[in-house]
Amino acid sequence: MAIRTAALLAATAMLGFSVYAFIAYDHGAGGYQFQQQWEWIETLGITVHWGADGISALMVLLTGIVAFTGVIVSWRIDDRPKEYFVLFMTLLTGVYGTFVSLDIFFLFFFYELAVLPMYLLIAVWGSTNKEYGALKLVLYLVAGSVLVWVAIIAIYVEAGVGSFDLLALQEADFARDFQRIFFPLIMIGFGVLAGLWPFHTWSPDGHVAAPTAVSMLHAGVLMKLGAYGIIRLGMTLLPEGLDWWQIPFITLATINVVYGAMSAMAQRDLKFVIGYSSVGHMGLVLIGLATIDSVGVSGAVLQMFSHGLMTALFFAMVGVIYEQAHTRDIGELNGLAKRMPITVFLFVLAGLASLGLPGLSGFVAEVLVFIGAFRTFPVVGVLGVIAAMLTAVYILRLAARSFFGPADDRWAGLKDASLGDRFAGGVLAAMLVLAGVFPKPFLDVINSAANPLVERITQVL
Amino acid sequence: MNVDFSLFLPEFILAGAALLVIAVDLFLPDDRKHWLPFLTLAGIAAAGGSTVTLIGESEVLYDGLFHVDGFSTFFKFFLLAVAAFMVFASADYVKRHLNGHGEFYGIFLFSVLGMMTMVSAGELLTAYIALELFSFSLYVLAGYAVHRRRSIEAGVKYILIGAFSSALLLYGLSLVYGATGTTVFAEIAVALTDGASPAFVAGLALVIVGFGFKITAAPFHMWAPDVYEGAPTPVTAYLAVASKAVAFALMLRIFAVALAPVIDDWRNVLAAMAVLSMVIGNLVAIVQTNIKRMLAYSSIGQAGYLLMGIAALSTEASNGLIFHLVGYSATNFAAFTAIIAYQNLTGRVLIDDYAGLGKRQPFLALAISAAFFSLAGLPIFSGFATKFYLFTAVAQQGMLWLVIIAATASLVSLYYYLMVIKRMYLSDPDEPEPLPLDLPMRGALLGLLAAVVLFGVYPGPLVRLIEHATAALPL
Repeated sequence: MAIRTAALLAATAMLGFSVYAFIAYDHGAGGYQFQQQWEWIETLGITVHWGADGISALMVLLTGIVAFTGVIVSWRIDDRPKEYFVLFMTLLTGVYGTFVSLDIFFLFFFYELAVLPMYLLIAVWGSTNKEYGALKLVLYLVAGSVLVWVAIIAIYVEAGVGSFDLLALQEADFARDFQRIFFPLIMIGFGVLAGLWPFHTWSPDGHVAAPTAVSMLHAGVLMKLGAYGIIRLGMTLLPEGLDWWQIPFITLATINVVYGAMSAMAQRDLKFVIGYSSVGHMGLVLIGLATIDSVGVSGAVLQMFSHGLMTALFFAMVGVIYEQAHTRDIGELNGLAKRMPITVFLFVLAGLASLGLPGLSGFVAEVLVFIGAFRTFPVVGVLGVIAAMLTAVYILRLAARSFFGPADDRWAGLKDASLGDRFAGGVLAAMLVLAGVFPKPFLDVINSAANPLVERITQVL
Repeated sequence: MNVDFSLFLPEFILAGAALLVIAVDLFLPDDRKHWLPFLTLAGIAAAGGSTVTLIGESEVLYDGLFHVDGFSTFFKFFLLAVAAFMVFASADYVKRHLNGHGEFYGIFLFSVLGMMTMVSAGELLTAYIALELFSFSLYVLAGYAVHRRRSIEAGVKYILIGAFSSALLLYGLSLVYGATGTTVFAEIAVALTDGASPAFVAGLALVIVGFGFKITAAPFHMWAPDVYEGAPTPVTAYLAVASKAVAFALMLRIFAVALAPVIDDWRNVLAAMAVLSMVIGNLVAIVQTNIKRMLAYSSIGQAGYLLMGIAALSTEASNGLIFHLVGYSATNFAAFTAIIAYQNLTGRVLIDDYAGLGKRQPFLALAISAAFFSLAGLPIFSGFATKFYLFTAVAQQGMLWLVIIAATASLVSLYYYLMVIKRMYLSDPDEPEPLPLDLPMRGALLGLLAAVVLFGVYPGPLVRLIEHATAALPL
């Protein structure tokens, strides 16, 4: 019990600081704020350098919310809770650290730190096919990070400024050929974690195997680390590489969106549906980034935030359903709306955000991404809109089959979500609505970072 | 010639302590034998105290034969620290499994003496004599469990391979002497400024092969798994850590001081050996069923990473090499200490025997996991920081291709480490009752793990010490 309370207190404090960082971030001034810097290894020019721009500030807020709700949802973990929460907090350390590191050595340090506890979290506390899912996930992600590792060292050597500091490296001149050779390492290396097709296959398996809160954190926040890495290292440092690889990048991202939606339609396991849906939605993020258009990039970042919230909500509610019904099979579940109305309400809300219903955050983000796509690659925009319609098909079909309609007696004994789960789900749902009806504060912060970034890239090209 | 003998104080003390331990053993009744490790520790501590007086010294004795400089002093502290942990880790094992305690600790102290002399050697023959002193001590220690056939086999194999490689090395050294007319490192460098003669190149090749055996670099690694498996486990740890570390220290000094002018003749050979070691070590480790053999192959892989540091010869690469060496030593010693502890408790060494350790002895499982994650190069452990430093330094010398292979090898290594971790946490133990871990073991493990984490999160002070040490080399 003590460990749960400690975890909750820690998560509450993290949420408090995250909200504070987001509110205190001055989007009028922009740039990197809250900077702190200490020497670490002087000869290599590695420093502990923290700071946040608009994108990091929003990601920190997302992490705070998902971590807080994740701890609440983990309350009923009985098997070795101490180890579970220690690993969970290690994971969070990695995530926060990646988002606020302005030194690319430490960005990588925390990125790897986030991967490390995943194996045990999934393999010990997971469910379906957990050992396979855990091993596949870790080996995929570490394989990706090998590419990133090589790219970071190459960037350091090529820059010749004797520093891993992002601000110093931004000023360095990278030869065009260098950028073209090393951008794909960043794109694929971080792309593995972002679920970039065809390197996404770990993601549905891993998410299905993981315990609820780990799925929430993983799909909700960790996959964003991949997209964030592409922004920080790929787009910021290697703009000419991005330009050269733009068409392949946006093509893969478009396949992501279409493939994710079509695979989700074919699934029977609720978690696989969400897992593939995540692959599709991360595709939207990557499309937005690949447009190199200020609206598209802003939309991508907002989509990172919005998808983080909705996926966390999805997995939290799937966790509730699975705990009660002991199955996640869409074919077996039916009429749940009568048995567990609040769970179903929250799940459907996440579903509506996912298919882009106006009034929820998903709508704003997707519209921005599509505008960006139509302004640069109209074909991609068209395919994206079609995929969004497919999302509507599988979400509504799922809801109609499993939640509404006649109820089986088999599900008569199901209880609705516990108070903690309702609260966690409510927080996530409230944020989805808030960002949907009042996106301005979020977009202001995003634009303060995204616009200068896009400007910088277009200037170089 | 006026020689300041106080510069030899640590060596004198160790030699005295070694003889004293053997002598005291004769008069000690059997129920007091547990005093011997304390006496050994006292000798090591006294040597450590006298090494403190060497800080800041930079002397060359006997016309370049013996150096007391930042480099040698750093390694002397390092070796004494390893020796102290070795006593902690082996005390219980020696009591349970071995006879002749006094000789064990005495010979062990002689091996430390050999290593301490070797890191100071500035000349080929001095280095060779020091090498033989610690090698002979290790031959005896490897075969020390005379009632176990495996141990005897390991001892014999180690003697034969060791003698063979020493012979190659000695022949190589004689060719180098013949070609350059000197055995002093600094003078060899002068003789080589006009390029290398064919006889010298032949000698160089033999020297590299000789060193290849000592540091277990592929393709000269075949003896290591058998000897590591058969030797008493504390001796295995000592072989994997200390003997490898000093061999690298000597290599670094010889290649940086004597052979730097002909770097083009050996750089690619060392790089090729590094690649072979990383590939063979890490791939063959996957199929091992005995945990000591697995660690033997893993340490072959680690030798590959370290060799890159010499192939890339530069100030940063030397720093990176020593940094990784220190971090690897702490990590590997932690892993071996945990394995010794488990062997003491259950007498078992197969990877499958580790099933369910997470439930039976959580601290031991945690220690092994932390050590393995560090060996695989994951944060917050030393392996991440040291590999990153070393790889960056290698890439700075234009050898990014080598870094790509090394990073990929690290990925492969994660797989077999995870397989052990999986057994510890996911499989059920065949005997459920918890295992008690005694205090000295717990303390030694805790100290080593603290070092592993400290080097991983706050390496600044250690790196500054290393930079000071490599400043003594003409890089």
